[in-house]
Amino acid sequence: MTKKTITIALTGNPNSGKTTIFNNLTGARQKVGNWPGVTVEKKEGLIHRNGDELKIIDLPGTYSLTPFSIEEIVARNYILDESPDVVIDIIDASNLERSLYLATQLRELDCCKVIFALNMADLARSRGIKIDTEKLSELLDVPVVFTVGNKNQGMEDLLQKAVEMAKSPVRESIKRRVNYNKDVEAAVLKLKTHIAEKYPDALSYNPRWTAIKLLEDDKIIRDKILSTAGDKGKAVLEKASALRKQLTNLFDEDPEIIMTDERYGFIAGIIKEVLTTSTRERIDISRNIDRVLTNRFIGFPIFIFFIWGMFQTTFVLGQYPMDWIEGFIGMFSGAMSNLLPDGILKDLVIDGIIAGVGSVIVFLPNILILFFFIALFEDTGYMSRAAFLMDKIMHLIGLHGKSFIPMIIGFGCNVPAIMAARTLESEKDRILTILITPFMSCSAKLPIYIVLAGTFFGRKAGTVIFGIYLTGIVLSIITGRVFRSTLLRGADAPFVMELPPYRVPMAKSLLIHMWDRGKIFLRKMGGIILVGSVVIWALSSFPRSAGTDLRPFPETEKPAASVESPLQAENRTNPVSSSFMGRIGRAIEPVFSPIGIEWRGGIALLTGFVAKEIVVSTMGVLYVGDESNEPEALKNALISSGMTPLSALSMMVFVLLYVPCLATVAAIRRETGSLKWTLFSIVYSTSLAWIMAFLVYRGGLFLGFS
Amino acid sequence: MQLSELKEGQIARVVRVGGEGALRRRILEMGIVKDSEVYVEKYAPLKDPLELIVKGYHVSLRVKEAMQITVELKEQAPHS
Repeated sequence: MTKKTITIALTGNPNSGKTTIFNNLTGARQKVGNWPGVTVEKKEGLIHRNGDELKIIDLPGTYSLTPFSIEEIVARNYILDESPDVVIDIIDASNLERSLYLATQLRELDCCKVIFALNMADLARSRGIKIDTEKLSELLDVPVVFTVGNKNQGMEDLLQKAVEMAKSPVRESIKRRVNYNKDVEAAVLKLKTHIAEKYPDALSYNPRWTAIKLLEDDKIIRDKILSTAGDKGKAVLEKASALRKQLTNLFDEDPEIIMTDERYGFIAGIIKEVLTTSTRERIDISRNIDRVLTNRFIGFPIFIFFIWGMFQTTFVLGQYPMDWIEGFIGMFSGAMSNLLPDGILKDLVIDGIIAGVGSVIVFLPNILILFFFIALFEDTGYMSRAAFLMDKIMHLIGLHGKSFIPMIIGFGCNVPAIMAARTLESEKDRILTILITPFMSCSAKLPIYIVLAGTFFGRKAGTVIFGIYLTGIVLSIITGRVFRSTLLRGADAPFVMELPPYRVPMAKSLLIHMWDRGKIFLRKMGGIILVGSVVIWALSSFPRSAGTDLRPFPETEKPAASVESPLQAENRTNPVSSSFMGRIGRAIEPVFSPIGIEWRGGIALLTGFVAKEIVVSTMGVLYVGDESNEPEALKNALISSGMTPLSALSMMVFVLLYVPCLATVAAIRRETGSLKWTLFSIVYSTSLAWIMAFLVYRGGLFLGFS
Repeated sequence: MQLSELKEGQIARVVRVGGEGALRRRILEMGIVKDSEVYVEKYAPLKDPLELIVKGYHVSLRVKEAMQITVELKEQAPHS
């Protein structure tokens, strides 16, 4: 036969071991991206086996194919519209009954060849569960393959069966299927016939399935029919509504509820035939672990300890590789400085590219360590326990228990925090979490507070800084509540969350997970950061001032003379102050003066858009005149510049809330998948910052503080 | 009685799952259907959500959601 790529899609419940099997099948040759238009992760891998090319797609883990969540819509649309050659449904053997719900839906869809992978049957057996697979295979008319994902068993069988299936001719439509009660069946038949008569070249989907979905009032299928068939479609939908109404009246219940019930009834029948549970009581290790980890008294202390440990390791242990990377960047920068001739190119490379990209790459160790922990929490099953513990508190803000993790990480660094919001299943929760996470004051902002509070509040500095952090938390709660009831309204994501048994994590999947995140970070952030830092560099170094460069740059732009007096208040020799950035700083002075920040502070805040670490060094350059890291010099310069405790406080509030750094904005753009939300986040945070700073400054003045 | 009224360690049979829309269907799809047996494993430290064992697996529900589910108490099971 001609060489053709065989597409194999993996589907299954969350926690069924699907990802492990995917990792086993594809190894490191996987491509991680997003499904078009949504922020659901898409993973695929290409492998070669006995001369066949196999493309393996990891569909999002779902419990059903009812299109409620994006994951389910993505999975269903893929199966329906992309028609993979084979769909492998990974079934957790110790959870057979619930897993079969998705399986029966898949059979009902009846659009492609299906294989069941009965995963972790060894574990199930040790829990006293025995499954008659031959019977199961016969009852559902589907081949069943045994796999043990975490021991890498059964993968070869699975691939062989999949290839075999893909190459075999299409089989007759299945006979074994869920049969609903006679009234539902009658309605299905009527609708099916109606569609066949009125609208013969309807959707290419299985007609029985289409009829069932219409009776279930499936919005996506309705829309598809309307958009492909127009008026004829309308007639079909009217017929469906009429039948639906009849059934509703008959049962005093929506048909989809009846049908869900009956699917489980059908499954119960299968279970009775294939499953035997021995009555032997086994020690359930997972339950015993949970008696400790979600214990009424020590559950929270342990949780806090884990988070603290994660934090410590990330930012303390991460400091070493960060220092190495910084050292390496310094060396590289030095080497380039010797290699390149003085001039714009050199400045661009060293101050623009290396400094900018370098300031981002140093976060890589943090990202990797943090995601190692997140993968560890997810793979062991602890993540859902954390959500279980925290849900009550997070629900007060209108969020899901899992939102807690990104928010706490935000205190370290917003970039991994926003990336961690991926663990949230509902898109609304995810966006809301992403919007409020930047108010968790990140560690890069701390030096700014230390300088300002240290200078103006003396011994009360600690209290003031604590107050700033608290302000961030309070505003995130208020923001959460307000957005939840306005912009991101809608039913809360149901908290029907599985608490899967604890599992020993596999090093391989932890590493793959960690590396995936690292790659995304380097690739995407690198690009945006590179452009962004070059732009900021250009703005702050052009037009060039006299004496710093011999190139024939616009003469007219040069300041008249270069007087070397760095402490002068109107520091015109300073390259930044005479640059475009300086001009921008002065142009936007009217924006900052109402909140008590003068133009130099304004510029420092502007450069803080690249990275908050820069704010202090820019202030050093602008106020003191050089970057000499003498805190006393900056302190004195700040005091003599006319800054007061009140304006310092106002500036701290502004720093806390205003637009986060470029890397964070890039993360927001990527994780929301929407330019609109990214801009909204920028505008919202910055205007909130201004309003709050205004209230602090003007309110303070009004109350007689200075 | 409602599922939310059960205490830790009690077993009940589901009589009716109330509520509406997506949430109700999701609860059903997770196997909490009529006549299924639910065991209340525990309440979270802050009394919400609660953890159930249904069809051999553990699932958590918010109390508000559990209030929508009508159950019939079964005798206390001696073991789990």
